[in-house]
Amino acid sequence: MSNKKYWQSFGELNQTDAYKQSSENEFNEDLLPIEELSGEGILDGKTPRRDFLKYLGFSTAAAAIAASCEMPVRKAVPYLQRPDNVIPGVPNYYASTYVNGGDAISVVVKQRDGRPIKIEGNELSSLTKGGTSAQAQASVLDLYDTTRLRHPLQKDGNDFKEISSFESLDNMVKDAMVGIGNKPVVLLTSTIHSPSTLEIINKFLAKYPGSRHIQYDAVSYHGMLSSNEACYGKRAIPSYHFENAKTIVSLGADFLGTWLSPVEFSKQYATNRKVTGEHPTLSRHFHFESMLSLTGSNADDRYTHKPSETGLVALALLAKLGGNVTAPTINDANLKAGIDKAATELMKTKGSSLVVCGSNDVNVQVVVNAINELIGANGTTINWGATSNIRKGNDADMNKLVAEIGSVGALLVYDCNPVYTYADGKKLAEAISKIPVTISFNGTMDETTEQCKYVIPSHHWLESWGDAEPKTGYVSFIQPLINPLFKTRSFQSSLMKLTGASVNNTSVSTNDSTSAKPAVAVSSEGSDYETFVKNYWTSKLGNPEAWDKALQDGVVETAATVSSAVFNASVVSASASKIVAGKSGTTEVVLYQKVSMGNGSQANNPWLQELPDPISKVTWDNYAMVSPELAKTLVGIDIVNNQRQADAYEVTPEKPIVKITTNGKSIELPVLILPGLNSSTVAVALGYGRSSADEKNSLDRIGKSAAGAGKNAYVFAGFDGTSFIYNGVADVQKTNTTYPLAQTQVHGSSEGRPVIYETNLLSFTKKPEALLEEPRSERLNLLAEGKTDFVTEGTIYPNYEKPGIKWGMSIDLNTCTGCSACVVACTAENNVSVVGKIQVQKAHEMHWLRIDRYFTGDVKNPDVVFQPMLCQHCDNAPCENVCPVAATNHSSEGLNQMTYNRCIGTRYCANNCPFKVRRFNWLDFTGADSFANNQEPLRDKELNEVVFQMNDDLTRMVLNPDVTVRSRGVIEKCSFCVQRLQDSKLEAKKHQDPSLVRNVKTACMQACPTNAISFGNVNDKESEVSKARADKNRNFYVLEQLHVLPNVSYLAKVRNTDRPIGIAEEVSAENEAHA
Amino acid sequence: MSRFRISINKALISFLLIFIFSANNQVFAADGEALFKANCANCHKPDADYTGPALKGWSKRVPSPDWIYKWVANPAQMIASDAYAKSLFEKWKPTVMTAFSNLKKDEIDAILKYVDDYMPPASTAQAGTNGAPAGQSDNSLLFGILTLVMAIVAFILLQVNSNLRKLTDEKEGVYRTEPIPFYKNKTYIMTVILILFAVGGYYTISGAIGLGRMKNYQPEQPIYYSHKVHAGTNQISCLYCHGSAQDSKHAGIPSVNVCMNCHMAIKEYKGDPIVREDGTSVNGTEEIQKLYKYAGWNPDTKSYNPDNNGDGAPDGAQPISWVKIHNLPDHVYFNHSQHVKVGKQQCQTCHGNIQEMPEVYQFSTLSMGWCINCHRESKVDFYNKETGEGNKFYSIYEKFHKDLKDHKVDSITVEKIGGTECQKCHY
Repeated sequence: MSNKKYWQSFGELNQTDAYKQSSENEFNEDLLPIEELSGEGILDGKTPRRDFLKYLGFSTAAAAIAASCEMPVRKAVPYLQRPDNVIPGVPNYYASTYVNGGDAISVVVKQRDGRPIKIEGNELSSLTKGGTSAQAQASVLDLYDTTRLRHPLQKDGNDFKEISSFESLDNMVKDAMVGIGNKPVVLLTSTIHSPSTLEIINKFLAKYPGSRHIQYDAVSYHGMLSSNEACYGKRAIPSYHFENAKTIVSLGADFLGTWLSPVEFSKQYATNRKVTGEHPTLSRHFHFESMLSLTGSNADDRYTHKPSETGLVALALLAKLGGNVTAPTINDANLKAGIDKAATELMKTKGSSLVVCGSNDVNVQVVVNAINELIGANGTTINWGATSNIRKGNDADMNKLVAEIGSVGALLVYDCNPVYTYADGKKLAEAISKIPVTISFNGTMDETTEQCKYVIPSHHWLESWGDAEPKTGYVSFIQPLINPLFKTRSFQSSLMKLTGASVNNTSVSTNDSTSAKPAVAVSSEGSDYETFVKNYWTSKLGNPEAWDKALQDGVVETAATVSSAVFNASVVSASASKIVAGKSGTTEVVLYQKVSMGNGSQANNPWLQELPDPISKVTWDNYAMVSPELAKTLVGIDIVNNQRQADAYEVTPEKPIVKITTNGKSIELPVLILPGLNSSTVAVALGYGRSSADEKNSLDRIGKSAAGAGKNAYVFAGFDGTSFIYNGVADVQKTNTTYPLAQTQVHGSSEGRPVIYETNLLSFTKKPEALLEEPRSERLNLLAEGKTDFVTEGTIYPNYEKPGIKWGMSIDLNTCTGCSACVVACTAENNVSVVGKIQVQKAHEMHWLRIDRYFTGDVKNPDVVFQPMLCQHCDNAPCENVCPVAATNHSSEGLNQMTYNRCIGTRYCANNCPFKVRRFNWLDFTGADSFANNQEPLRDKELNEVVFQMNDDLTRMVLNPDVTVRSRGVIEKCSFCVQRLQDSKLEAKKHQDPSLVRNVKTACMQACPTNAISFGNVNDKESEVSKARADKNRNFYVLEQLHVLPNVSYLAKVRNTDRPIGIAEEVSAENEAHA
Repeated sequence: MSRFRISINKALISFLLIFIFSANNQVFAADGEALFKANCANCHKPDADYTGPALKGWSKRVPSPDWIYKWVANPAQMIASDAYAKSLFEKWKPTVMTAFSNLKKDEIDAILKYVDDYMPPASTAQAGTNGAPAGQSDNSLLFGILTLVMAIVAFILLQVNSNLRKLTDEKEGVYRTEPIPFYKNKTYIMTVILILFAVGGYYTISGAIGLGRMKNYQPEQPIYYSHKVHAGTNQISCLYCHGSAQDSKHAGIPSVNVCMNCHMAIKEYKGDPIVREDGTSVNGTEEIQKLYKYAGWNPDTKSYNPDNNGDGAPDGAQPISWVKIHNLPDHVYFNHSQHVKVGKQQCQTCHGNIQEMPEVYQFSTLSMGWCINCHRESKVDFYNKETGEGNKFYSIYEKFHKDLKDHKVDSITVEKIGGTECQKCHY
């Protein structure tokens, strides 16, 4: 038995009483209070017997009435003229691009009967290669957001009034613009890399002399941009090539989660993290950070430091690598050793090493550039041949605008929300409301929009035409999937209207001097963006056919060769001298983004709000994340050593609140204690605390799921003279109040059974078969004397053959980064209910797929393992045997089938499931019950507003019509996306081609940016899943000693580190004992 | 709702069986006929003018034997270049024949051979089946009456018996109490209760099972659309209107423009009088006028109304809100293309003898037991490794191939490949 401990909470680590109790009480639900009423039991008690009869009588009568209701008359209304490409019931797929504040991911959108319902990655894009993020997956729900503005508005006192037509609004705005005289016009947007939009903006600026365009990113990369300007003469961000890097050092850059282009980087990173061949090689990943980030938790070696010490670490690394700088003193011996080690490894793989840094401090980034020069990254792992365009925000411009805002004549805001994201948003809001002309083109009534005088809402990207150029030379196109749901107009069209038709169209052809065919020069641009973008690209690409092809593919790419830029070394010493030692003895706050919430622009997305953070497993809130040591001093909880305090803290969702003060501003947040943070760091997530200026408008304007979720941490962002800084010294005070956090971890505990196997690369290469020695011997122990076949002879149950197809899944723990895109994809594909914060606290969340996060090793700086856990579709399933109504049973293709209409809700199956993956519909989350209005009485008591938001007729348009919407009282769980499997079988039968079922893609697999999941027909030796399982040294089944015969297998984790891990750890411990 | 008695259903089922048999045989026998019905029959009849001209005797009319191939491949081009084609267009305009460039030369030959050989069938061939005497006889009523009579006889005999016994006992001097009257006799009461319970239970349960089932549902539709006229008399292929049955889970109701393909030319109904169930007659021409209203078509000017309101459709046009007849519960997934394309089922298997229905009603119960029964009995088009016949998809079912070879089984049913498993239909 392995001594290696994997734990999800401190209670589990220490096996406290309260932990044990709570893990036994899996459903966290009281039994019927019959005995409590009389204390005599059901037969002796007087009232309960009568109640029993009452309930019995009522339910019989109710069932009879409900069942005998007359069948409703349903109408079938065909098209007047069916469009050629639409067959009702058959989905169409169109390539488009997910865009959100600079982020751009090429996607393919599934459209069913005219409604976009699911987003998948576009495999033709060489950047994202079919990967997606949780935010991209969830953005289809934003299209059906009930808070979207439905028509243009004009400010009327504190409220807004509808403007009947765009024409009258255009005239009003034009008149107002005339009225501002010579005052400057400012266009404030997030980063824009759409070539056609930039063209339109340029024309607009030309029309209004003295006007300017300011790009402002909610989370700024100004430091990097400015340092590159100093070092390379280009204010740009280069492309990174993690796939070429053998050694990766990240200084707080969460490049797998939220830093720059995480989907692209995850794809690249994963190519070097796959264990293949007899002598596998892996990239080596060092991570230095102050909090525990998603990327940090994937690192081979991880070191923590104070948030203010990032520069010191960079400087020390540069000095160690031989840079011409003075090495700073690093007091922490462990950290120092880490820097030395990283430096050695970087030099060892010179030319295929890469250092990235998440700091927004120009000086730190200059030092990082110097490091990358020394290790030969420039031109190998860093490509200046194609620069990234996704972040161009200029902090200095923004600050200048705020300083001079009184003199601005007109402010036009698009796709950014500075009142919320700017540190001093409140003051900014007041200033904006005083500007003569303010126009917002945002799609919702957000914090900035409600300060503007005119609102011309733009389309959602799923309703828009457009283009994006996230990296120079890599263009991705946007095409509408649905007619605009509301009376909205694209931002570009609105800007063209403001510019007026007088602007000539010569600039298209001048800009386009490279175009081969001037003969197709555009004669008229038209007055709307739809025509403009078509003409723009038809002329650029040469002919209409090329444009059609580009739309069909979704991307047009001109691959640039990897090239370097000339480095100006003279700036390094000045920058190095500006890096000062970290502040000592104080608590520091660091701001970070979550993979779910990001910068907060999608905060009213219930799927993202309910997505558990991969590290903290908390939903619906942000919080002050602290280490156990800091918790001891801050709130007096010794969670590691004092069992009683640990229990009091962990078992209840109520967490003590602390008041954090930085830069003179304070917010109160609940404390979440997590291992792996630096002991003087408080980490707070951005993107929460969205709120209308007048709190009572928040529910309607900001949205039912965003309002009330967490606190706004942007107020803590500082300014160091050149750029925004996302950390600072903080004063943290304990308050006497508590706040409940809805945390999902330990809801599905494996109760100490071994579920993870891992080792380090060295010992794996030496003795690969040792990794899975333990489960192997357990299997043998289960077999009787003389028997050899575990599958058929390890049980008294008969073995059923799977003729034809046997579905199976394999998950590679080595490449799973925990990014959670799969969880949202699953929610979208399978109509998984959103249950709201109150229900998550009761462990009633509905996710069919969860990502278990395990800590292991040193409590101060543990290793983290992510394990996606879903229904294992056991061939010898414990749930199937106990169902009294056979609502769950096994198919001849290896599926553990769940039949909702047969389920009576005994929950025996969930009780008997060792993987804790079955979910029970405790309440009517979907409004699908036959009894109308049984949600209303539970509003705010049991059901959060968000459940009602999800049941709105508009929001329900996102539902997948091929999957049943479950009602109250039934169990549900992962079905292996059976609707996709059946569909693929049908296609295979229609085409008479069995190879079509070989590699079917489930929703989770399609969404995965690292290809960690493979799925297919296990009976087919050519299938991806069969090939993955061929890795016998790493392929294991969770809890296989129970002989449940899962159809989901995992590939054990191999870390590229010198530290002994897993099996190797035991061996080394034994060696030490012998020595 | 239940207009049709069970006897008629029986007659229909037997008719259906006959139909399926005969239809199948003909399809395999005559390739030309199948091609004709699939491609041409919507607009052409072999022996009479229809939307297009009668095809019989084509060779005597066309300028050259090759002409017909060019015409079929691209009529529009021929109209522009060929004199005879132009004259045809003048006669039949505004309808222009659809191009059938996918038809190969030998296929066209087969069609033409079929139309030339075509002989109109004897018109009364099938009339007898429909008007057949209502079933053999319903014996259950007879049995019921017999049972009742015998029960009364038994009861009387028992009464007589007890009276007689009392008399004999009195004769022999044995004292007996006055017999309990039968309505107080506990045995009788118990027997009656038991019988009532059994009969009542039977009807309650079968009634409960029938809840929510809509067999024989025949709602009134916005337009009196007769499948009998279209699919029966005029032999329009089902898939001409319900084409998505091959591609989609929905069979699909045709959009109005599909109706107008033919009804631009067919303005009035000249067929046999249509009579409703209640004896009132239907004016077919008026029903076509209703269609014109929905389509926004002006039959006088023979053109669509102009689109003045700019909604992309002729003014006044609106989709038809048909009343949906076949409803499945939300938790059932049913796919037409699976059954039509892969399973090669005839529409009539589930929808009944639709070409004889003036107005459509729900023919089957659409209950789960009904589905399952069919899945248990139907055989799949299993792949034969030796001959290469059958659906190649099934080549991966190694076990079944072995079983077939070893003669353990003689055929593979839908059930064997998972057709009765829960998640075939419920997910």
